[in-house]
Amino acid sequence: MAVSPNLPRASWGNYPAEPQELQLLRTRHAPLPLRDGVSHLPYGQGRSYGDSCLNTGGVLLGTSALDHFIAFDDTTGVLTCEGGVTLAAIIDLALPRGWFLPVTPGTKFVSLGGAIANDVHGKNHHSAGTLGAHVVSFELLTSDGQRRPCSPSENAGLFAATIGGLGLTGLITQATIRLAPAPSAFLKGQSIKFGNLDEFFALSEASVPDYAYTVSWIDCLGTGASIGRGIFMRANIASADDVVASGVKPRAGLPLAVPIMPPLSLVNQLTLRPFNWAYYNRQQAEQVDKLWHYNSFHYPLDAISHWNRIYGPKGLLQYQCVVPRADERAVSRALFAEIAKSGQGSFLVVFKTFGPRVSPGLLSFPMEGATLALDFPIRGASTFALLDRLDAIVSEAGGRIYAAKDARMSAGAFLHAYPRLEEFRKFIDPRFSSNFERRVIGK
Amino acid sequence: MQRIVIFGATSGIAEATAREFAKTGASFFLVGRNAQALGDIAADLKVRGAASVETRSGDLSLLDTLPTLCQEALSSLGGIDVALIAHGTLPAQQTSTWNARNTLEFLQENVSSQVALMSELRLIMMAQGRGTLVILSSVAGDRGRPSNYIYGSAKSLLSTLGEGMALELAPLGIKVLVVKPGFVDTKMTAAFKKGALWASASDVGTLIFSAIRSGKSGVLYAPRFWQLIMLIIKFAPSFLVRRM
Repeated sequence: MAVSPNLPRASWGNYPAEPQELQLLRTRHAPLPLRDGVSHLPYGQGRSYGDSCLNTGGVLLGTSALDHFIAFDDTTGVLTCEGGVTLAAIIDLALPRGWFLPVTPGTKFVSLGGAIANDVHGKNHHSAGTLGAHVVSFELLTSDGQRRPCSPSENAGLFAATIGGLGLTGLITQATIRLAPAPSAFLKGQSIKFGNLDEFFALSEASVPDYAYTVSWIDCLGTGASIGRGIFMRANIASADDVVASGVKPRAGLPLAVPIMPPLSLVNQLTLRPFNWAYYNRQQAEQVDKLWHYNSFHYPLDAISHWNRIYGPKGLLQYQCVVPRADERAVSRALFAEIAKSGQGSFLVVFKTFGPRVSPGLLSFPMEGATLALDFPIRGASTFALLDRLDAIVSEAGGRIYAAKDARMSAGAFLHAYPRLEEFRKFIDPRFSSNFERRVIGK
Repeated sequence: MQRIVIFGATSGIAEATAREFAKTGASFFLVGRNAQALGDIAADLKVRGAASVETRSGDLSLLDTLPTLCQEALSSLGGIDVALIAHGTLPAQQTSTWNARNTLEFLQENVSSQVALMSELRLIMMAQGRGTLVILSSVAGDRGRPSNYIYGSAKSLLSTLGEGMALELAPLGIKVLVVKPGFVDTKMTAAFKKGALWASASDVGTLIFSAIRSGKSGVLYAPRFWQLIMLIIKFAPSFLVRRM
């Protein structure tokens, strides 16, 4: 029997910091190494922020060695690989052959299985939907020893439950996805300053038809007339000609890292205000034409390994919500006002609009509307109270919180926001569970 | 395009090295014990760009079969540019359970098999007048320590043999690379607690790939800082080494 090293900190937010038992899977062909009397949960790269990737008292089934490609057709972009293959490995393989991920989250250091289990979205949600919309099929291995091929036409219920199903329906041993054509490694577009939320929504509406990717950074400390000021980025994948014309050369980034955990959070009142001021004022012109390398556009934080350590040993809470399109302006304003009033919040607040494309998963997060994501250093009860107030605003508006990033929402809030939860419950593998499941979904 | 034979192709370091070569369009002949794992690796290397991948599953401790196996690899690939000998086991060494029988069994799998292959491949490469022979040894062979001297002594034999062959064959243009990894996070070491000195199999694979590509011959510590660590350990007084 393989060995189970203890993982002291197993989620990206470092909260909750409960030791985990990790059992590495050696091959996708073997039966699940189930242990009597405890529950199990697939565990990829541990990049979920909250407790959806934790299983305290149970066993994590580590997929990092399930990292084999199985087939790739570079004329159609259809790729089949094991569930533990990372998005970074997929890019390394596919981009030189003219393909990129159809949808990518803000880090490439996640496994494909994990990305499907969280039905991740990216800056192109308005044009491409979630990752689940690009999954052709996968094989699900469950605790009864069955291997079920799942696709929109085969075991469709289990397919829909597993996409965004937080690993609770079984182990994704292998998956087939459709990649998107990418003639270059660069994105071409503009970076545009805006002074408030109305300007943001005007820019967003004007940009969505012509730009595949849009995202904004917002200064969460803006108040009054400058609530929601920030920088809007929009882009399309550049053609090879665009790149040649610009004369840029891909440069390797500096190997930056946060080598040790500082004794307390470096994100605080003293650092937040100057950083945000500088970030907003760094760009002088209203609008600047840009050519971004995919790494700096999609994965700015991947350039600093262990960046989560800057939040100190108490960890961080990431908060991402979406509010429906109908009231998005008023509700966003209320959320930003609440955050600014608290003086908490993070360097990078991400804001964007989701498009109308319906996600295929029963528990998929996105809906048409505006989404906001930011980190909070954990400062004790006041941080949790603030997030409860934000939850109330979101819930009232008919919005929802993203499970992949959550470590604290209430079971009631989850049930209220995810109407297909009852339908999902019957697909949960009886020998699988997670901290999130026990806390929020229940049996 | 390089033609590569790997013995013990399912080992973590061997697989990582093969992935680097696959990107350059190499052809492979993979030998290992587990046919299913070899099949997974073959498919993976093809997706990564390998021109062709042949696999053979077999028991490398059956010494009589090794000359035929080498000839099969030679004729299948049409020549051998790189041969990587990577198979081996790490015993849980406990003084109470070690005896002559299991020590000799261990040496059969971890020395005799490798020595037989090195001898055979030496002849093949001499006949070709070219090639790189890579042998996966370990820093554990640099000094006998109470915790793993049986494993270490097997590796020190391989290191010495390889170093000698490197010097002997240099005038013929044949390279022999003795790789001494330090702590590497692989299936073999899954049970160990990992600290700052640990490298990933993929880091070590990349180092081996670059060393082969640059035509290095002789000893390669992977990562390089192990050369310094082992220098200190080699000259450390016995009363310190006794605790290691």
